[in-house]
Parts: sequence; structure tokens; C-alpha cells
Amino acid sequence: MTTPDQRDQLIFELSRPGRRAYSLPEHDVPPAAVEGAVPEGLLRDDVPGFPEMTEVGLVRHFTRLSTWNYGVDTGMYPLGSCTMKYNPKVNEAAARMAGFAGLHPLTPDEAAQGALGVMHALSQMLAEITGLPAVTLQPAAGAHGELTGMMLIRKHLTTRDGNPRKVVLIPDSAHGTNPASAHFCGYEVREIKSCARGNLSVSALAEAMTDDVAALMLTNPNTLGMFEDEICEVAHIVHAKGGMVYCDGANMNALIGKARPGDFGTDVLHLNLHKTFSTPHGGGGPGSGPVAAIKELEPYLPAPVVAATRDGLRLDYDRPLSIGRVKAYQGNFGMFIRAYAFIRALGAVGIRKSAENAVLNANYVRARLRDEYEVPYDRINMHEVIFSDHRQNEHGVTTLDIAKRLIDYGFHPPTIYFPLVVHGALMVEPTESEGLEELDRFVEVMKKIAEEARTTPELLKKAPVTTRRSRFDEAAAARKPVLRWKRDN
Amino acid sequence: MLEAIGVPSIDALFEPVPAAVRLQRELDLPPALSEPDLMAHLATLAAQNADASRYAVFLGAGAYRHFAPGFVDQLLLRSEFYTAYTPYQPEISQGTLQAIFEFQTLVCQLMGTDIANASMYDGSTAMAEAATMACRMTRRDRVVVARSAHPHYREVLRTYADSLGLTVVEVGYREDGTIDAAQVAGAVQGAAAIVFQYPNFFGVIEDPRPLVEIAKAAGAMTVAVVTEAVAMGLLAPPGALGVDIVAAELQSFGVPVGYGGPHVGVLAASEKCMRQMPGRFVGMARDTEGRAGYVLTLATREQHIRREKATSNICTNSGLMALAATICMAAYGKQGLPELARLNFDKAHYARTAMEKAGLKARFAGPFFNEFVVGGLGDAAAVQRRLLDQQIVAGLPLGPHYRELADSLLVCVTELNPAQDIDALASALKG
Repeated sequence: MTTPDQRDQLIFELSRPGRRAYSLPEHDVPPAAVEGAVPEGLLRDDVPGFPEMTEVGLVRHFTRLSTWNYGVDTGMYPLGSCTMKYNPKVNEAAARMAGFAGLHPLTPDEAAQGALGVMHALSQMLAEITGLPAVTLQPAAGAHGELTGMMLIRKHLTTRDGNPRKVVLIPDSAHGTNPASAHFCGYEVREIKSCARGNLSVSALAEAMTDDVAALMLTNPNTLGMFEDEICEVAHIVHAKGGMVYCDGANMNALIGKARPGDFGTDVLHLNLHKTFSTPHGGGGPGSGPVAAIKELEPYLPAPVVAATRDGLRLDYDRPLSIGRVKAYQGNFGMFIRAYAFIRALGAVGIRKSAENAVLNANYVRARLRDEYEVPYDRINMHEVIFSDHRQNEHGVTTLDIAKRLIDYGFHPPTIYFPLVVHGALMVEPTESEGLEELDRFVEVMKKIAEEARTTPELLKKAPVTTRRSRFDEAAAARKPVLRWKRDN
Repeated sequence: MLEAIGVPSIDALFEPVPAAVRLQRELDLPPALSEPDLMAHLATLAAQNADASRYAVFLGAGAYRHFAPGFVDQLLLRSEFYTAYTPYQPEISQGTLQAIFEFQTLVCQLMGTDIANASMYDGSTAMAEAATMACRMTRRDRVVVARSAHPHYREVLRTYADSLGLTVVEVGYREDGTIDAAQVAGAVQGAAAIVFQYPNFFGVIEDPRPLVEIAKAAGAMTVAVVTEAVAMGLLAPPGALGVDIVAAELQSFGVPVGYGGPHVGVLAASEKCMRQMPGRFVGMARDTEGRAGYVLTLATREQHIRREKATSNICTNSGLMALAATICMAAYGKQGLPELARLNFDKAHYARTAMEKAGLKARFAGPFFNEFVVGGLGDAAAVQRRLLDQQIVAGLPLGPHYRELADSLLVCVTELNPAQDIDALASALKG
């Protein structure tokens, strides 16, 4: 985790005049006159502040920074809802092939058949996996997929009834992007309470479901790690009033090969290729958020879509009912290759087993830790399990302390304080990538932390103590934000 | 494991899924491939594409081929970077956080602004978000956008505007390819912002200063869109010219064209925009020992706090590509970026002269950076197809985007197009 060299200067402070880390191709043309060619006052001869570094200086700087990070390749990263599964290395090699990485996005279709082939095949595989035949790969991330999906619903209702309706219903356990996406799409958001079992309350839904409601946005399995077992009834209630069922597919990794959202009444669903289909999270993106929908919504998909014609594959722009474009070009193609490679490497059986192992691992962690930590919904869960700090509160220890102490033992903490419906939530998602030994090690450490909470709570309050920095004063940082380096700050 | 859980089988774990909707068969997917078979299969697909390793490519139009030093990708492959997620736990994410802080600083220096966020998905969504941000800040609901801005970007803006109930008005370009400022002056009355591209989609260098004046007089904001960030090595930065918001695509710095993504957008702006800006920020902080470090900050603008009142729904952005841009900007640095920009300028001007010598006609006389429009080609799409046989991807036929320019190709020349390829293009176009 550490290197002997802990210099923490920024590149701007390491810069020295005259150093260079670049070389340019031969200047094989005569210089052109700049003065006069560009309007006066629109030229700069310098980029003030830009650093000057040697190659080795830069490489050491960023290598040093990398050692201050924790990734899936460092160790278990049970960040609930984010699905930090292993990112196969072969996918990185595949995405870097010159025929893919070096292909310009506006290359004529006839000269991009291989790339279109990947997109076409991936769309078909996602349709089969979700049971929803109309697929767009364009959205750049999960939240972008949500927005796209809600736009499809809005367009569909407007076309069908001349009225997009006003309200979107969202359970209180939903991820914050759901209400934000619905709001950004012009809808008023109404919250539906979860029932005591950790599922959507069917009676509350029935009451809220009026002719004004455009859609229910539901995450299934939900963020409490529970499958919405009354989903068929839920879908029926929404459909009976002419509404649509939007499924947030953030947790599809629990279901692939086991159940298909299209078979349980979902009309629109987004997928996160960086969760379910193993594309790397990149320290906060890039993601990729394809949307799959029922056949009825196909005319509204963002243009273009990949179409198979007699002359090969084509990008089809002739889509008069389309909601329009949500992103330039074809979407995050580099992520398509990785997801395609993941599915092709696993096949149907491997895909199913990935879901089974994800669910097995999460249930194992629940069973092994339920004596030490409160489990607010203690029954069979899917790919993730929620604990709370209820018992540790007695000793003045909170979820934050437990999370920080896990760092000292070499684990990335779970997602904390989410979902909001559980006080002091610790959301653990081991994913299918962890073997039994690693799960046991995690369990032992969690037990040890529970023991420390009882006996030496001050250890937890100070944690982490093994990192190069201790806890930060985030409130102070937000009060007087310093968002960039300047010579004097 | 099953025993510890207290269930007899894996299937028992899936009992919460109603039996009626449990899949009773295997998915219908192609058979699993071993690693060597998978790589061979993908290599076959990759070989069907006209990439720059086998073709002379003169396409730009928002996605640019530039040289990135080999160490950029080597560093991106440090898996502590690419297998991490959003830095929610700052004590074990200082690498990502410090790199983003450096990114925000470099973008401010490049664009001449006070602040920059931690990245957006891409330039097109950054432009749409900038427009909606201007609407929130001015409490107006109409946006004026230049037709000489990227056609895809304008399509995305329209999609976002439709969903938010905003109106988009387009203003045309003049004979020399620059924005029609007189038309802007009329259209901007009562509007939230004027959105233009710098240099514009045709490669022509707009002068932001008159647009800033016009907007100010009308109480509107200015949004400059930069798709070719290398131009900022030569041109005065928009922030220094009085532009309020810069919506940029930084793919030019170390990010492959990659058939369209992932690329890396960013928003940069004056200080007054801070609380209205979507996306994440990294800020400086002190730990309990008083040591400096970095954290995600100003999160109260974000959806996990304000939920349905959030300024945007953006969550995951383009972290790894922002890292690529950071390393690449630092590699070129203070001297290298102006040199790189100059080389692009020189090559593109050489190319235009070569074409004029070959009897071809430049469509616009306005000043340009590394792209220009060649007109008078008849059916430009057919010309492009013809040149494919000579292993040349000649440029972008403009007909599908501008009906009046169906005889024109948008040609881009960067440092990666050798002079002899440029000569070959000129003579092939002459045909």
C-alpha cells in the first residue's frame, strides 16, 4: 500500500522550467503565419500554470498516487449496490486493439462492420438476458440510462394518450439518482414507503397509483438486497391504471440467467455495464448504461440504432418518433467491447453461475454475521445484505467508525448510510468474485471489530490509523471550498 | 456455505423470486469461449474496421487523433486506479482524489476559468448541462445555440430541452463560416444563454468577445463549447475573454477516438456558478492531524442529499478518462501544448493550401485551427466512399448535418497526418 517515497506535492509544485516529457512527430510542413490569420487578441503564447516535468518525474508521480488508492485488485471491495466485481484483464487487451480504439466514431458504416457487429451482438444478448427486445447502447452511465428510460416513457404516454402524466412513484429505498432523473424529465416525484419486510408496500402503491401517475421506478432486487416478491401484483396495479413499470437494473447481477425483468412486467430497464458486466469502475467512471424496453417502445429509442440490412450492418438514423440523441456518437463503445467479452467468455451457464455465486456469497455473510450485527431484514437476501450499527451504538460506535476500522484491516468499507430507510446502514455486496477464504477473513475481521466496539471503542473512533491520512474534516472543506491549486493556497 | 445459511440448495436462495417468473431454461447465448478463442474472435472483428493503423484518416468533427506518450496508457493500467470506484473513502482514495484536483486545476488553467468540475460524460452532455445550468441561474427558459456547433451536441441539447420544457433557438453562420452575430443580437433578448463552439464545428475560429458583449447587454450568459482542446494551446482561453461557462470535450488529451467513447467532458466556469454546477468536485481538506489532502466536496448539490431537488442526475462521470487527460496535459505541459497546437495549425494550413493548389475550393474563408471544409465536390459522400478504396478516410460528408453543404467534406489534419498523406489526399480528392 505504501512506497518509501511519500512526497505529496502536486505536479505544479514539482514542475521546473525547461523540463519536457513529450516528443512530437517531424515538423514536415512549412510554418504557417499565425499573426494575421487569427483575429488580434485571440492568440496565447503560453498556458500559464501548466507544469513542466520529465517523463520519469511524471511516471513516478502518478505511480505514487496509484499506491494511495484501493481497488478491486488490491482486495475485497464490498461496496453495496456498486458491484465491485473482478475486471477481467483480457477485456482491457481487447478494448485496446487498434481496430477498436483507433476507429473514428464517424467512420462510414461499410468501413466499421466489426464495431457495428459488436454493438449488434451485444444488443441482442442484452435483449435475451433481460427479456426486453428494444435495446439502445447510447447512454453513458446508469443515471443517464434512467433519464433515457424516463424520456421513453414520457414520449410513449404523450404519443399514446396525448398526455405524459405528472407523477412518478419511487420507493423510499431507491438510489438518489432515481428521483433526480424523474425530476430532470419533468416529473413530480412521490415517495412510496417500504413495508416491514423491506419490500415495496403493495397497499401503499395501490393507494398512490392514480391516472396521474406515469410510472413506478422500482429497483429489483431492491437496495435492501431483497427481491420484490410481489412484483407481478405490483406490475399489474401499475399497468391497470395505464402506467409504466421502470426497473432500475443496478442490481441485475443477482438475476442474470435466473429471471428476466421482461418476464415480470418490466416495461423499461437500464443496465450498468460497469456493475453487472464487469467493466472497470475507473475511479468514478466511465460507466455505460444501456436501456432495454418492451417492443412497443422501440420507435422511441435514441437515434441511431444498429440495423441489420442486406448490405450489412447500418446505423439507422431514420427514426421519426425517436426521443432524439442523448449522447454524441454511439455511446461508450469501449465498454461495449469489455461487456461483450465478459458475456462471450462466460456463456449462458457461466452467466447464471455468476448470479448464483453472488447471491450465495451475500447470504453467507449475513448468516455468519447476524449474531454480531443487527440485520434489519433477516431473511434470504439476494446479492447484498444490509446490517446496521444498532448494537454498536450502545458503546458509542457508529457505522462510520466500523467502516473506517475495516480500512485498518485491509478491506474497502461497504456502502454506508444507504439506503436511507435503514438507520446507520452498512450495505455489504461481496460479488461472485470472492472465494470462501476471503469471505471468512472478512467475517472474522467484522467480528473482531464488533468485539473492539465493546471493549476498546476508542480504537474505532480513531480509525483508520494505518493510512497516510486520517479522517478528514469534510464539513470545513465544504464551508470554504478550495477546488484548485494556486501558488498561494 | 449452504449449511451455514441454512438452506438445502442454491435454488432455495432464489425462492423469493416467484416460481412463475423464474427462468426454467438456460439463456440463449453463444457458447462460452476460452481466452485465446475470444481474442481471436475479437481480432477478426477489429480487422473489419478502417482504423488509423491501416488507413489515412482525416476525420475530426469532435473526436481527434493525437499522439499520447506511451506512458499515459501504462499509468492508466495501474489497477489501483482503474479498479477503484468513486472516492467515497478519502483515506484510501488519495490517489484518485489528488489526480482529480490536479485535473480541475489544469482545466482552469487551460480554459482561463475559476473553477472546473471533476468531469462529465462527454462534451455533448456537458453542453446540454451547461445550457440547463444557465437557465437555472438566469431563471429563463430559452437557449440560443449556434448552428455552427457540433450537430450531435445540438441534438442532445434538444433532447434534454424537450424533457425539461426549455426552448432552443438556432442561429446561422455567415459566408465565412463564423456565427451571425447580428442574428444572435436579435435572438438573445430574454434568453438564458448563447451557446457557441470555439473553434466551431467547421474548424473556424469564432471571436467570443462580441458574443460576450451581446449576451451581457441582454442579461444572458455565454457558453463556449470546446471540442478540440488542443486549440487551447494557441487560442486565448474562453474564461479570459469573459465567457461564463465552458463545456469541453478533452478526448484530444490521451483518450482514444474509440468509435465514440468513453471520452471525457468537463464544465469550467466563473466562481459565481459553483453552487449551480452539476457533477462532482474535489476540494482540499485537513485530516485530524492537520495534514492536507483531498475529499469529494459540495455534495449538497447532489442527488443523494437533495434527491428530487438535485441540480442534475449525473453520478458516475468519466474518472479514468479524466486521469488520462490529466497525465497527457501534464506531459505536454507549458511548452509542449503550444508546440503541439502550432504543429496542428501548420499542418492543417499546409493541407488547405495543397488542396487549393489541386484546384479544390475551401468553403469558408474564416480563420481556422486544424479543420476546414472543402466544398464543390459534388456528392461528398460518394467522394468519401471512392477514397476508401485507396485506404483514405477523407473527412466527414456534411450533407446529413447541413443540407446546404452536401458537396462539402469537413477535413481534419493533426500532427499524426504526415505531409505525404496530405498530398495524397489532395490529389485523390481532385480525382
